[in-house]
Amino acid sequence: MEMIGMEGSHAVAEAVKLADADVVAAYPITPQTHIVERLAEMVADGELNAEYIPVESEHSAMSACLGSSATGARTFTATAGQGLELMHEVVYVASSMRLPIVMAVANRALSAPLSVWGDHSDVMAVRDTSWIQVFAENGQQAFDLTLCAFRIGEDPKVLFPVMVHLDGFHLSHVVEPLVLLEKSQVDKFLPPYKHPYSLDCDRPVTMGAFAMPAVYAEVKKAQHDAFLATKQVILKAWKEYGKLSGRHYSPVEHYHTDDAKVLLLTMGSFSETAMVAVDELRKKGEKVGLIRLRLWRPFPFEELRQAVANAEVLIVLDRCISFGGPPGPVCSEVRAALYAEQKRPKVVGFIGGLGGREIAVAEFKQMVSRGREAADKGAEAVPQITGIR
Amino acid sequence: METYAIYVPRLLPQKDFFAPGHRACIGCGEALAVRLVTKTLGRNVIISNATGCMEIVSSPYPTTSWRVPWIHTLFENASAVASGVEAALKILNAKGKRGDSPKVVAMGGDGATSDIGLQALSGAWERGHNFLYVCYDNEAYMNTGIQRSSATPYGASTTTSPAGKVSIGQTRWKKNLPAIAVAHNIPYVATACPSYPFDLIEKVKKAVAIPGPAYLHVLSVCPTGWRHATDLTIRIGRLAVETGVFPLYEVENGSYKLSMDFPKLRPVRDYLSPQGRFRHLHEEEIDRIQERVTAEYEKLKKKAEA
Repeated sequence: MEMIGMEGSHAVAEAVKLADADVVAAYPITPQTHIVERLAEMVADGELNAEYIPVESEHSAMSACLGSSATGARTFTATAGQGLELMHEVVYVASSMRLPIVMAVANRALSAPLSVWGDHSDVMAVRDTSWIQVFAENGQQAFDLTLCAFRIGEDPKVLFPVMVHLDGFHLSHVVEPLVLLEKSQVDKFLPPYKHPYSLDCDRPVTMGAFAMPAVYAEVKKAQHDAFLATKQVILKAWKEYGKLSGRHYSPVEHYHTDDAKVLLLTMGSFSETAMVAVDELRKKGEKVGLIRLRLWRPFPFEELRQAVANAEVLIVLDRCISFGGPPGPVCSEVRAALYAEQKRPKVVGFIGGLGGREIAVAEFKQMVSRGREAADKGAEAVPQITGIR
Repeated sequence: METYAIYVPRLLPQKDFFAPGHRACIGCGEALAVRLVTKTLGRNVIISNATGCMEIVSSPYPTTSWRVPWIHTLFENASAVASGVEAALKILNAKGKRGDSPKVVAMGGDGATSDIGLQALSGAWERGHNFLYVCYDNEAYMNTGIQRSSATPYGASTTTSPAGKVSIGQTRWKKNLPAIAVAHNIPYVATACPSYPFDLIEKVKKAVAIPGPAYLHVLSVCPTGWRHATDLTIRIGRLAVETGVFPLYEVENGSYKLSMDFPKLRPVRDYLSPQGRFRHLHEEEIDRIQERVTAEYEKLKKKAEA
């Protein structure tokens, strides 16, 4: 396939079309709208043979997805920010009922004050929902990871829903060069969806029975175990996708990490800016590298530990504040993941990029020097908010 | 009446799809209604159930009363889930991935329908999904302990609208859900009560035979919440109809038809007095209720005559 220029949102829609999704249920919210507008257009033009349900809220979007997925239909939705919050309780049900819905989230800040622009506050609120969650850092990845999401979620060994995160505006609204796949390639990669216990009159099932205290804990333990076990399927699917497309994904991705003493850690679209900062610092002889969390859930403990094993300082960027807690959710998870390690880097947390605020290359460079300084002084425990005027 | 027991079972399918052994209270009018609805629908149906009494009494894991595919997810979203089921069936059949077309039915109590789930239900009606929504109206949040809903009638004492020294209990008139359904221009709206089983069965049959959204509002007498003897369930349902408190009617494509008319309505006192929830009412309030019921019934009759 040839390289084309395409907006990130449309790339996601192309992936959904190539996956031949059966049902799309969605409610408009900025900055996700371009995804579902494009899908609605595809359905209207007969390019995509699907039922498009223009629901009256995000709560109903995810609820309709539950019904659709339980009936055996390949199901997609997209949302952002407040929309993800409105559907919050339904998000838990989708994963706990093991319905492999795929949802693109064009990450957006949360009100108040109202902000349609990007950050990761919406993601962090659904951190513990047992959805598989991956982060894209460009339009190409948004396309690739959406296709992989169907394959991973619907695998009979998985049956968990998957969220594909693409930063609002930075990815959802930017036209980038990217390469799609042929339908024939996708068909080889993605088998038809068949839920083993769908709503079927010949084999009636009761879905969503309630659990007394005598069984609830066992149900949740089983869910936790099954969720952890999805990792192997994720790795296998990405490996096969790599063979198919030439684009390889792994839970933690490395950029100049081999000899790096200082590592930056990012998720999402700012990773590419951080790469430029790393390049420039390396030109000056500084041993700086970058790791990007591709897989946010299930959290890649092993891969993270390996990636940072030789670093002295690890600088983590969060695009969300956990008010009154350890302020950066990603940073606190990274710290927790490394706590029991004999040898571990000092972890410095920065919070930035809130509500669509840019983080330029220079600011990443500054984070490296400020982070190193804090680590030297033993002041790494105090998180810093970057870019405040 | 002697031949009734021989004659009646022949009019009904024998098979039940709502199995006995569930944990509904003694004298539960809702369980009776669910049994009749599912009996009528048969095996070829997918049910989306809202959280509430019926979900709790019928599905404590690992047991179930449902002999048909049944899905419960949350309180306010039964009609959104049903929308998804209906859309999925449509496209999967069109794509040759499924070869069946079960009826889709959503159900919930009055809280799930007229309060927390009204938006999802309105959305589904507006989008025209082909499913039947059945509201089992027992006129309060019975599952959580008899709290008032927008379907609780004027003057009823509930745990959140208690009658007290300065309060008569519920101070608002019951929300008219069937009228809201009619305002959505859906093809079929009806009221029913398991005290009139054959009327209810016919309405279920009609509702699922008509393409497009259908709404059935079933008065479900609740001895626990209404505080009356458990052997009075059927009688109280009949009194609700005979007094005009809960008239039985159908609205097909906007035109109203009374399912049964009475040359003279019984006084509302006959309906109110056996129920503990109205016991505190004085003459003045009972007269007020009588006035309102008579006026509403006249309005309904006019619509039916139009």
